[in-house]
Amino acid sequence: MNEHDTLGERLAQQGISRRAFLKFCAAIASMMALPPGAATAIAETLVKTTRPSAIWLSFQECTGCTESLTRSDTPTLENMIFNMISLDYHETLQAASGYGAEKSREDAMKKFYGKYLLLVDGSIPLRDGGVYSTVAGRTNLDVLQEVAKGAAAIIAVGTCSSFGGIPEAKPNPTGAVPVSDIIKDKPIINVSGCPPIPVVITGVLAHYLTFGKLPALDDLGRPKSFYGESIHDRCYRRPFYDQGKFAKTFDDEGARNGWCLFELGCKGPITHNACATTKWNGGTSFPIESGHGCLGCSEPHFWDGGSFYAPLSTPTSPLNLATEAVVAGAAVGAAVTIANRMKKNTAKSEHQTATVADLEK
Amino acid sequence: MDQDLFLTWVRSTGLNIALSIFVLGMLWRTFEIYTLGRKPDLAAPRRRAGASGLHTMLRRSIPESSVFKRSPISYVGGYIFHIGLFIVVLLFAQHIKLIQSITGLSWPSLPAQFIDFAAVVTLAAMLLVLVDRISKPVKRFLSTFQDYAAWVLTFLPVLTGYLATKHLLLPYTTMLALHILCAELLLIFLPFTKLIHVFTLWASRWYNGDTNSKKGVAV
Repeated sequence: MNEHDTLGERLAQQGISRRAFLKFCAAIASMMALPPGAATAIAETLVKTTRPSAIWLSFQECTGCTESLTRSDTPTLENMIFNMISLDYHETLQAASGYGAEKSREDAMKKFYGKYLLLVDGSIPLRDGGVYSTVAGRTNLDVLQEVAKGAAAIIAVGTCSSFGGIPEAKPNPTGAVPVSDIIKDKPIINVSGCPPIPVVITGVLAHYLTFGKLPALDDLGRPKSFYGESIHDRCYRRPFYDQGKFAKTFDDEGARNGWCLFELGCKGPITHNACATTKWNGGTSFPIESGHGCLGCSEPHFWDGGSFYAPLSTPTSPLNLATEAVVAGAAVGAAVTIANRMKKNTAKSEHQTATVADLEK
Repeated sequence: MDQDLFLTWVRSTGLNIALSIFVLGMLWRTFEIYTLGRKPDLAAPRRRAGASGLHTMLRRSIPESSVFKRSPISYVGGYIFHIGLFIVVLLFAQHIKLIQSITGLSWPSLPAQFIDFAAVVTLAAMLLVLVDRISKPVKRFLSTFQDYAAWVLTFLPVLTGYLATKHLLLPYTTMLALHILCAELLLIFLPFTKLIHVFTLWASRWYNGDTNSKKGVAV
């Protein structure tokens, strides 16, 4: 089997019907907020498209992103990812190891130079020459720069490669940075989330393969169609927020009634992602639906934004009132008192009594 | 600094700085007020009915009819925006949560729509009193820089708060951070400007009334 046959051939080989494929295209088109006719366009283009080579580089990450993409019980839209691209290098998923593995990457890079897609999960450590994460004896920085050179576009999968994520959290011992801090001359799309929603990656790939360009991005490089609105604005518990009905603990009556989780630290208002609409686990639910507030995992620095359980309107850490301020306040107060008293005493001592005769002068 | 870092900063370092300066200022002013050094009043009090601290607190809250007629906008607008501020600041669930996290005190909140309404009315009333202050020659003559500064310091937190909840002008996260920053600026300047009346208003009215009642004068 030719690894880089067209997507149509590939689907036929796997016994995926045209009907199922059209359904997939319609779902993708609607999720990407494309006009109704786009579904047909996507279907027609994708069927004829030669599956592009994709190289997946894993840096400082936990493999959660890969787990999220691959761990689905039934064939789903997410599986389409692996039909749409030819994954030529993925350390977790490939059978090859050692030199063979590295060779497959080098071969793909040579053969499809300038055309392959680069998917990256994990942040890149820069401190101390990047020694904190190496693969086959080479630093992540080195490999990324080499592979990025021949890439048509880069998809940063997950918050670590998009914004630095947990490795970049204070005090950031490895000097971790996102892909966009290193690669400046390639189109980069950030599919943030910890992990990101699989269908977002599928959607971005379908868009790229159909139109030959990346979808519209927000100011953080994320596809607007998925990250355009906040969790809060699309949350089914929003009416409770507006009514001021909040769960106070995770097992009180409010929690059982499904009231808003703002007071339990939900970061939905400042988090942009599609969880509330696309949901997780085959459309089962999303964190808030399971009774836990949003952690804000698709936003930069979400790990350093204070406790996950502190409401957004409260301090991120216990207040640290400067004792100096209290002492200084008391000292200044005392000083001003003395000054006022002195002024008064001076006025008193300089007071001269006037008689009626004086006034009539 | 991106918007998330900005928000985290105003929720941590910024808040600490603002509250520290606020505490410093309040201690300073409290010391200053309590040590003004009034002489003890040795005269026997000439109490009479209707003259007391409490009476004055109430009486000075009700406009004199002649004064009201001369400047109704100050009274109506002033009352509306003060009540509006009270509702917006103290009865919004998110604000109560903040106060609870600092002091441990909490009370029931009002629905968000009601707070939105109160915020709009407050903003409108504040604009009205500002226009009145600028357009009336006498008021304009009497106004100092501090009067305008106090207005801006009060107006901005309400405006940014409303814009944030309505997702207007700037992304929510940035606007929320700006809102918190504006509130922190208000906290910082409050002890050092006429805005300290938030805390001294009732005490000073009571003090004046009490002093006068000892002299047998109902004011």
